[in-house]
Amino acid sequence: MDLILEGLITACKLLWALDPEVLGITWLSLKVSGIATLISVGLGVSSGMVVALTRFPGKKFVVSVVNTGMGLPPVVVGLFVTVFLWRNGPFGFLDILYTPTAIIIAQSVIATPIVMGISIAALQNLPNKLRLQILSLGATRLQMVFMLIREARLPLMAAVMAGFGGVISEVGASIMVGGNIKGYSRVLTTATVMETGKGEFATAFALSIILLFLVFLVNYLFTLIQQRERPR
Amino acid sequence: MFKFVRSIAAAFALLLAASVTFAAPTKTIILATTTSTQDSGLLDELLPVFQKNTGYFVKTISVGSGQAMKMGEKGEADVLLVHSPDAEKKFVDQGFGINRKLVMHNDFIILGPANDPAKIKGEKSAKEALKKIAAANALFLSRGDNSGTHALEKKLWKATGIKQEGQKWYQQTGLGMGQTLSVAAEKKGYTIADRGTYLALKKNLGLVILVEGDASLLNIYHVIQVNPAKWPKVNAAGAKAFSDFMVAKKTQNIIKTFGVKKFGAPLFFPDAGKDPKSLGL
Repeated sequence: MDLILEGLITACKLLWALDPEVLGITWLSLKVSGIATLISVGLGVSSGMVVALTRFPGKKFVVSVVNTGMGLPPVVVGLFVTVFLWRNGPFGFLDILYTPTAIIIAQSVIATPIVMGISIAALQNLPNKLRLQILSLGATRLQMVFMLIREARLPLMAAVMAGFGGVISEVGASIMVGGNIKGYSRVLTTATVMETGKGEFATAFALSIILLFLVFLVNYLFTLIQQRERPR
Repeated sequence: MFKFVRSIAAAFALLLAASVTFAAPTKTIILATTTSTQDSGLLDELLPVFQKNTGYFVKTISVGSGQAMKMGEKGEADVLLVHSPDAEKKFVDQGFGINRKLVMHNDFIILGPANDPAKIKGEKSAKEALKKIAAANALFLSRGDNSGTHALEKKLWKATGIKQEGQKWYQQTGLGMGQTLSVAAEKKGYTIADRGTYLALKKNLGLVILVEGDASLLNIYHVIQVNPAKWPKVNAAGAKAFSDFMVAKKTQNIIKTFGVKKFGAPLFFPDAGKDPKSLGL
C-alpha cells in the first residue's frame, strides 16, 4: 500500500516538475506508437477493405490468418525484426536497429493485423445491398469507399483504438529492437521494466500511472471522434 | 463525411512532421554490457562524460555477459564491457575481440534471508556455503541467463561436485540481477549477486550478506573491442575511443568515487593498468 501511495506521489512530482527525461520518454511513446498506429490504419483498413469487399478463393483462409495475426506476440515480432535489422542481416544496410524507427516498424507489424481484422469484421457487417445502392445513386468507386468507411465509423474507430492500445502497451518488441537507450529509444513501457529491474518500484509505478493516463487521454480523444453526432 | 477523413489526414501530417524530429546522432557506437553496470547506475554517470569528450553517442544494450559476447561474435556490437573472464578469454582467443583491458572489479556476495535456514553465515568459503545450502535443501535462485554472474555461480557449483540443476530447491529466474534479487527477497531464498547491484537495491530488499571475501568471489570487468577485421561494419574508431576512455585516469577516478555518497561505500574499484595477477587471476 505504501508503494502505491509513494508511486502516486512520485508520479505527481515527476509530472508537476515537468521532469524533462520523463516528458521526453512520454512524448517518444506517444510519437512512436502514434505513427505505428497510423501506418497500421493505412495498411489495415485498406487491405481489410479489399478482403471484405471482394470474393476470391481461399478468402476464409486469409481471414483466419489475419485473425491469428491479431494475437501476434510482440516478442516474436521483436525477435524477427531484430534478426532482419541486424547490421549483418538482410536489412542491415539501413542501420536502424536500436532506433525509434525500428520500434515503429515492429509496432506497425503488431498493430496492422489487429486493425485489419476488426476492419474486415466491421465492413462485412454492413448490409450487403448498401454498396449496390450507393453505386446506383451514381457514386464513383472512391466515393463509395468513403461512404462505407463513414457507415462503419464506429467499429473502425474501435479498430484504431485496439491497434493503438496494442502497441502503446507492448514492451517485448520495443526493448528488443529499440534497446531502451536513455534519451533516445526509451519509451514508457521499457523504462518501467528497467526501473523495476533496478528496484526503483516507486518510479516504475509513477511511469505506469503516466502510461495509463496517456492511454486514457488518447482513447478519450478517439472516443470523442467516434461518438460525435453524425452530420446530417 | 470529409470532416472525419480530414481530421485523420491532419493527424497524419502532424505525426509525420514529428517523425522528422528523431534526431539521428551521427557518430554512434553500440556498447553491449551487463545488467549490473546499468542497474547500478554507473553507466548513467560515465556515458554523458564520454559523449561530451568524444562526441560519440553510445547505444547501450544491457544484457547478460553471455549475450553481450554473442552480439560481439556476430559483429552486432562495437565494444563490450563484461565480467565473465573465462568466456572473455575464449572470445579473444577465437579472434572475435581485441585489446581486452582490465577496467575495474568488485566482488560477488552470497545473500539470503536474515533467518538463514542453511546456517551459512560467516562461512569463509563460498564452495562450502553452497554445499550447506544444497544439504539443507534451501531455496536457491539462479540467474540462469548465461550472464557473468551465472557463469561464476555455475563454476562454484562445479567445484562443489553437486549437480544443482533440476533440483527442486534450485530455481532459475532467467532475469537480470536486479529482478533476480527481488525474486530472492520475495521468496526468501539464497542467491549470488555482484555487490554493486546489491548495494544499489539494498533499500528495497530484505536480504542480508552471508558470505563475502572469498577469493573465488572476485568480480572483474574488462572492456573488449570487437575485432573489426572480422566484421568490417564495426565502428573500430568509436570502440577504441570508448576502450581508452574506460581506462583513462579521469574515468577511473569517477568509478572510484561512484556511489560513495549514496551508498556509503564505493560500488566498484578501478583497476586500469594493473597486473591481473595482483587481483589473483
